[in-house]
This record gives sequence, C-alpha cells and structure tokens, in this order.
Amino acid sequence: MSTNSGVVFKNVSKLFDDFSAVDNISFEVKSGQLITLLGPSGCGKTTTLRMIAGLELPTSGQIFIGGEDVSNVYAAGRSVGMVFQSYALFPHMTVMQNICFGLSDKSKDKAETLDKAHVVMRTVGLKNLEHRYPSELSGGQQQRVAIARSIVTNPKVLLFDEPLSNLDAKLRRQVRGDIRDLQQELGVTAIYVTHDQEEALAISDEIIVMKDGNIDQKGSPKALYQYPESPFVANFIGEANKVTGQLAPSEKDSEALFSVNGKTIFSYAKLKQADLLNKSCDAFIRPNAIVILDEASAEDNSFTAKVLSAVYMGSYVEYMIEAEWGAQLFMIDYSFNEPCEVGSSIQVKIDHRGVSIL
Amino acid sequence: MNRFTRKLLILGIISLLILPWFRIDGSFWSFHWLSFDFFQDEETAPLLLQFLSFERWWLLPVILPLCFAVAQLLFWHKNAKTTATVQIVSSLLGLAIIIVQSFLLGDFGVNYTFLESVFSEDSFQYGLGMGAVALLYAYLLSFSYGIALKGFMKGDVFAVTCLTIIIFLVLVFVFFPVFNILIRAFWDTDVGYSLSVFFNRFGSPNIWSVNCFSDTAVCGVAWSTAFLALMTALSTTLLGLAFALVVTRTNFRFKGTLRVFSVLPIITPPFVVGMALLLLLGNSGVVTQAINNTFDVDLGGWIYGFWGLWLAQTLSYTPIAFLVLIGVVEGVSPSMEEASQTLGANSWKTFTTVTLPLMRPGLANAFLLGFVESMADLGNALVLGGDYQVLSAQIFYSVAGASADEGKAASLAITLLIFTLSAFFIQKVWVGNKSYTTVTGKGDGGVYAKLPRAVSSLSYMGAIPWSVFTGIIYLMVLLGGFVTLWGVDNSLTLMHYIDAFRIEFINDRLVTTGVAWDSFLITIGLALIAMPLTSCIGLLTGYLLSRVDFPGKTYFEFSTMLSFAIPGIVIGVSYVVAFNQAPIDLTFTGLILILCFVFRNMSVSVRASMASLSQLDPGLDEASVTLGSRGFKTIRKIILPLIKPAITASMIYSFIRSITSISAVIFLVSADYNLASAHIIGLVEQNQFGISIAYSTVLIVVMAAALLVMKFLIGDRKIFLRSKKLQ
Repeated sequence: MSTNSGVVFKNVSKLFDDFSAVDNISFEVKSGQLITLLGPSGCGKTTTLRMIAGLELPTSGQIFIGGEDVSNVYAAGRSVGMVFQSYALFPHMTVMQNICFGLSDKSKDKAETLDKAHVVMRTVGLKNLEHRYPSELSGGQQQRVAIARSIVTNPKVLLFDEPLSNLDAKLRRQVRGDIRDLQQELGVTAIYVTHDQEEALAISDEIIVMKDGNIDQKGSPKALYQYPESPFVANFIGEANKVTGQLAPSEKDSEALFSVNGKTIFSYAKLKQADLLNKSCDAFIRPNAIVILDEASAEDNSFTAKVLSAVYMGSYVEYMIEAEWGAQLFMIDYSFNEPCEVGSSIQVKIDHRGVSIL
Repeated sequence: MNRFTRKLLILGIISLLILPWFRIDGSFWSFHWLSFDFFQDEETAPLLLQFLSFERWWLLPVILPLCFAVAQLLFWHKNAKTTATVQIVSSLLGLAIIIVQSFLLGDFGVNYTFLESVFSEDSFQYGLGMGAVALLYAYLLSFSYGIALKGFMKGDVFAVTCLTIIIFLVLVFVFFPVFNILIRAFWDTDVGYSLSVFFNRFGSPNIWSVNCFSDTAVCGVAWSTAFLALMTALSTTLLGLAFALVVTRTNFRFKGTLRVFSVLPIITPPFVVGMALLLLLGNSGVVTQAINNTFDVDLGGWIYGFWGLWLAQTLSYTPIAFLVLIGVVEGVSPSMEEASQTLGANSWKTFTTVTLPLMRPGLANAFLLGFVESMADLGNALVLGGDYQVLSAQIFYSVAGASADEGKAASLAITLLIFTLSAFFIQKVWVGNKSYTTVTGKGDGGVYAKLPRAVSSLSYMGAIPWSVFTGIIYLMVLLGGFVTLWGVDNSLTLMHYIDAFRIEFINDRLVTTGVAWDSFLITIGLALIAMPLTSCIGLLTGYLLSRVDFPGKTYFEFSTMLSFAIPGIVIGVSYVVAFNQAPIDLTFTGLILILCFVFRNMSVSVRASMASLSQLDPGLDEASVTLGSRGFKTIRKIILPLIKPAITASMIYSFIRSITSISAVIFLVSADYNLASAHIIGLVEQNQFGISIAYSTVLIVVMAAALLVMKFLIGDRKIFLRSKKLQ
C-alpha cells in the first residue's frame, strides 16, 4: 500500500436539496488507521462514507486522499475500495469474475489479473469457490468475496458500509475480527460505518461519533467510553443513567463529592474543570458502575434503592431500581449472586470509575 | 487534446467535407450518391462546397463555432474550466445557428418576407441531410462534454451525452411535430396566423354542439366521441374486473384460458375485431342472415355506428383493463381481508368496505386507460363507424378526404388532445399518487376472502359469455380467410391466402407475386429496425430516470411519457405536416415510419426498463463505479446482463406494436414503404374482406410466434432467480 493514504476532510458540507446531511465537518484519518463512523441512522455517517468513495461530491469543503485533493473527482477516478452493506456482488458473474471486475480486462494482462485474484482469494480465505455464483455462497462467503473484490485493486482507502448487518450474531463477532486482522495485515487505511457501538469499540483505532450531520466527538474507543464529552456520546456508547446533582470540593485535592439532594453518593476523581464545582451538573453513570452491597456492609456514600424490575439474562441480571431520592436507575449486575426480588430493598454504591460528569 | 476532442474534430470534419449536407432522394445508405463527382452536384455536395460552389453563404456561420472550439483546444488551451465554458458556448451557438438558418430558407426560397432583401431571389435549400445530422451530433457531444466537465450529473460524460441526445430527439420528434400541428389550427391561407381563425374552427358547432339534447339534431363530434369513450371505459372496466375476480378469487377451472385472453389484444391489429364483427353481425353476417331468414325481417346495418363501435372497442380493450385490474386485485393483501373477517364482517361487508375501496385507484386507472384507448382508436372507427362521428376518424377524413383541410384536422386534433391529455394528467396527478396496492415484497401470507355470492355470480355472468363471444370472434377471423365470399358464397377456399402470399417460379427464379408481400416484408423489416432502436432509447431513458440525478428530472420523465398520451392519429398527422419540407423532409421514406415507431413505443420501453431497474440493487452499479468503471462500462457489464429479460420483452412488444399500429402510420406510408396495417385498411375499403382477413391472420400468427420466441428466450435465463435469491 502506498506510503501516505490518509484521508482529510476540511469543512465539508453536503446538502440534499435543502436538507443538510453533513454540516461543515473536518477530521483526519491517518494512513493505516481503521476509523469508525458511528451514529444513529440519519446522522450523516453513510453520506460521509459515500463522499470518501466519490459516490457523492461535497457541496462545499475539500476532501484529500493521500494528500491529493479529490473534492471534484468521482468514484471511478479515486483509488478506493468499498464493501457494501448488501455486498453488491454481481449476481451474473462468478466469484472469479466478480473479483477480476476492477482489474484490467486486456488479454495481455490476463495472467497478472488471475495472479492477483488468487492472491486476494488466499488472503481472505476463499478456496475452491472461483466458479460459483454469488447465490451459491453462504453469507460469510459472500462477505469475503466482497472484501476480496474491493482490495484486489490495491486501493488507497478501504471503505466498509455496515458490512456485518446481514450476518447472524455469532458470525458477526468472527468476521469483525477477520476484518480487523486483514486491515492490519494490509496496512491499508480503512473507514468503517456502523450504528452498532459494540462493533465500533471492538474494531477501531479511532471512532468518530456523528449526530445530525455533525461530529460529536472523535477519539479512541477507550477515551470515548471513559471520557464522553456530551450526553449523546455518554448515552450512545455504553448506556448511562443521567443524574442531576451538585459537585462539592472534598478534603482531598484531587477529588470532588457528588451529591443529590444534599446526600453525597460518590466521590469523583476525574474532574478536569474546576468551574463545575458548587454548581448543578449532570453525572452519567454506567449501568455496571452501580454495585449491590451486602446488607451488612453499608459503606460510605452508599444508598438504598427499591428493585422495580429484574430481568435474568444468564451471564448478568438487568435491574431497574428506584433510588432513595426518587430517580429511576438502570443497572447491570455481573456477579453470580442470586437475583434480588422485585419490590425488595437493596443497598447500592456507585463506582466512580464508571461515571462521567459533564 | 484528448481522445474525445480528437474524435469530435474528426466527426466535424467528416460532416463538413464528406457527407452530403442536404437530404438525398432515396436512401442515404444505398450510397448511390457516392459517385466520383458527388461533391459537385448541388444536391449531394457537402457543406463546404455548398458554400464555395453554390453560393449558399448563409451556411458559413454553421461551422464557425466548431472552428473556434477547435482553435481554442489546439492553441489557447489553458485549464479545464475555461475549456469547458468555451465548449458549452460554442456548441450551443452551433446548434442555434444550424436550427435558425434551416428555418430561414425552405425548398421554395425564404420563409419570411422580411428576408427577401437579404437573400437573392433564387436561393433555397433542401431538407437537412446526413452532414447536418453529423454536425448536430458533434455539437451535442461537445456540449455534453462541456457540461460534464463542469460537474453536471457527477461528471459522467456518458450519462450527460445520453440525456442531451434523448432530450434533443424528443424535442425534434415529439414536441416539434405536435407543436407544428397545433399552430396549424391558428393558420389560414388568407388571414395568416390569427386567434379568430382558431376560435372559428375550434368553436365550430360540428365539434361542440349540444343540440342533440334539445332537438333531433346531432351533437358535436367532441361529445359523441366522449360519450363513446365513457361507455367503452365503463364496459371494459366492469368486464375487466369480472375477469380479474374470476381468475384470482374463484376456483374456476379454465383460468388458464382466461389468461390467454389477455394476450389476444396485444397481437391483434386494431381493426380486426371490427372486421370479425362484420362477418358475424354485418349486413351479410352469419347471425344477421340467420335471423333475417328465420324471422323474415331485415335487421339492416345496425352494426355500423355507435353500437358496433362500442361492441368492437369493448372487445378490443377489455383485456387491457383485465391486465391492469389483475395486478390490482392481486395487490389487495389477503391479511386486510382476514383482519376484516376477524373483526366480524361477513363476506359482503368485507368486499364492499375493504376490498373494493382498496381497488378504487386501480379501477380509476383502468377506466382512464379504456377512455384514452377508445378516443385514440382509428381502426374500428374506419371499419364500423358508419354515420357515427368520432374525432379520430374525422381527423383522418379531413386530411385524407378530397378537401384536405389541415387547419380543420389541427383543431380536431387539439380537441382530441385536450381529452386524452386531461385523462393523462388525472391519471398522473390524482390517481397515480393514490395507489393502495399493498404488495410490499415481504411475504404476506393468508388466503383471499371468499367473494360474496352476488359478486361472484355477476362476475361469472360477465366473464364467461364474454369470453365465449371473444372466442367466436376469433374463430370468425380464422374462418374468414378461408371462405370465398362471406355470406354469398360460403365455400371453403385457399384463394385469399394464395392471392396474398403467392410465390411463383418465373424464369427459374422465385418471385413473390402475392399482393401482400411488399407491405408484409416492409412492415417486418421496418419493425425489426425500429425494435433495437426503441429498446436502446427506452433503456437509456429508464437508466437515466432511475439511476442518475439531475435537475428537471420530473419534467424529463413527464415528457418521455407524454408520447403515450398523444393519440396515434395526432402523431401521424403532425408527422405529415412537420416533416414534409425543409428543414426536415422525410416524406415517402422508410425513416419517417421508423421514427414514428420508435417515438410511439418508446414510453413502453422506458416503463419496462424502469420497472426492472427498480428491482436491481443500486449498490451494484455503485460497486462497479468504485471499482473504476465509468457509466458505459457499468451499463454494458452490469445493468444490461441483469435486465436482459426486460429488454427482450420490450423489444418484442415494440416489434408487435409497430406491426399493429395503424392510426399513427396511415398517413406516413408511401408507395415504396407501405405497411401491412395500412394495406389491410385499404383492402377493407375496397370490400376485399377475404384477403384482408387472411392477411390479418398471418400477421396474428407472426406476432404470436414472436411472443413465443420471447417466452422461450426469457424462460431460458436463470439470472433473475439468482439475483433475487441474493437479496
């Protein structure tokens, strides 16, 4: 793969009639990275991907691929490979013909074309299927053909448009691992669109969270999960309970105390902005940051809650609880304890590592 | 200079230096004009020599924009943006100059009196020829290339070129002739163009009089046409619904036979039903004679006039209503009816409150279609019309009659257009948006509700006698060709077939001496030439409409569909009027027939390709594009193979429609290029029933064979199954 194949967006907007699908976004994808565009449907992530592919041109702004301004270049003139949600395998062509479609069809290049095709088929793990038609393949195999077809032309950028949405849950986990491995092996810049946050967390170097045509936050999976900068990101990446309360300084310099209705419920160590102190602010508490305590060992800052509902999920139990100040909280218990009964009263505390305050 | 501009330049030079600028008498493709000194002959000389040797100085400006564009490309080539602008401006200028200059002078000198001082008295020009076509094409290409460079339609040169060429063709071959006939209504040799001329003609009591309501006088032709059309629409819709219900909602044993019934009108020339009715119910018809003899009465010619026309049109167009309604009836989801039943409604209530209202837009559609078909029908009106006046026949007689009156024909054409276009608008705007068909593509199991007894028995009572009647009619067609002189000498004979299709050995050579051969071979030949052209233009239009975004798309779609709503007789008259003199002089050519076929049948082909393209995942073409192939390769390698069945079907249909068309082509045929349908109408007018029926039967057999070939070709392909399984 070429040395510089990064993608840069500079103030890119895309209007469809009056509707602004993408609104003045800028970002950079470094060469060789796998970056995910994540967001709910209608957030502009697919439009962004299609603009990288050249299937849409930006209304304003500039797009660079490998340092070259491609803002006015259409798909056929860009060096990109794309894996479509529906795979878009040509149903009237065999696997081999599909893979060779983007390569030269001059007869003098035939040997080279076949060579390249065989190489990528080995790379993606397709064997002895050259002469099958797409309809004769399983979903996973079709997926591999689609990937093989898009990498055989040696593109600068590889694009994935929700490639796993047609696979069943088990296969999804495996294929996303394969995609990541392949991308690392080829060292190609890859851009991946999904609305599944778990998929995004699992596969990406960096995630760009989009909302209403804007970039809400960009960062590594860990940074996004631990330090969401907006309620939207906090809610979208791993769920979170929003609790409104007050931050007060504590005796320790590095900590602050979060209280609701005067009752402190946890001490917070990650505070970046001191100006939040003594003001009303929102805490976003992960469901698994709420921990059930043994009745005997009431700790500091623990509080009582009533179990409103309990759903047994096998490896964990989902609870809806009502905290003593009246708020309803969603929590997940991964312990092996017996599920608590609905209506019973329990003692819980909040692990501050699972909380972000905005 | 890239490959494209080089090609363009070569094309331009060829059109200037080699191709005859004006039209050639006889066929261009025979190349008989290609003698050693063709460029010294006034008729065949290319543009440059027209200018140098024949003092047609007004042709010079035509090439200036080309020279300018070429010079710009060769010498001052700066950047792509300015190149594009120069190309757009110069090619638009070129197009405009060609068009304007071609209208200034005609075959007999200047067209406008104020030009007499500018042009010398003896200057004139013929219609545009191959050289002009090539230069127009070059300018269109250059224009498309220019706007594609500017980013129009995602810079896809292929798509832009297709779009501009199709728009140009539709303007020239649909809008220009229709516009031409319309302004004829305002023109009079004495007065010139004037509104009052139009109102005198258009407001004529012959057209709009309503006296028949107050006294015994006859109503205007507009009303009698509209009345017939309404009655036909009503009867075809009701019968079509009866058939559709019997086929889809009952356990009727001969459903397959009824389905065959739906194919018949497609392969039946429009006047055949009328002829068969005459054999049955005419003066010397079987039934008439039987009744006359048995009851000793004289039924006379009641069949000529309203009743005959109504019967013939109902016979001809019920199957069309059936085709529309069967889709609608099948489209009503069974789960709706099941929901109604679980809510406690009996079958009568379910039918009247759920099923029927859901079918209402479909019924309206079938009604409008029957209305338009009846309005446009010329074949039956000529054969059975009698004294009953309808617009299409009136237009025909006002052009073909002894006192050829183009102005009258034009105002009648406007009247007819008003009716059919209103129906078309109503269909598009009002009915088109109200489709309740509930087919979603998702498996929607369930069983259709039982029809209420009253409805099912009514349907049987309509459908079964009617199909028996239709069967008898077609039996008449078959028999008619084998009877010596129907009603007079009922002995069986092969005479008519022999007369029509005799082949003899003369001087050891096979010679076709039957009277039908000339028109038969010409018809098949022209229909075969028109077939791929229609499909090609239809497919490209369908591709543009369903796959490419461009401003003004709805108007484009509308105008391509419009030719469907213009009755054939109007198209026919307007072609005669528009294309019989410079700048476009196509009279007595086969080309005018081919063009008429192509633009008459184009909308069918557009619809077919749009329907099958909408079933293709757009991701397929996008995948092809991201793999580096541009517009044309995508169409050739991906789209074309995948919609091949639709293309085959639309090819066959356009072939069949070309053969059966009569109203559009009846004025366009000439001695050298006569068509089967026009020839048969001629035979009917000479009362040569036997031979005309024999000829029609052969046509029906040919078209049925074409349909079978299509079934065979499409049935053989598994591609569609594959693509469906994939999604």
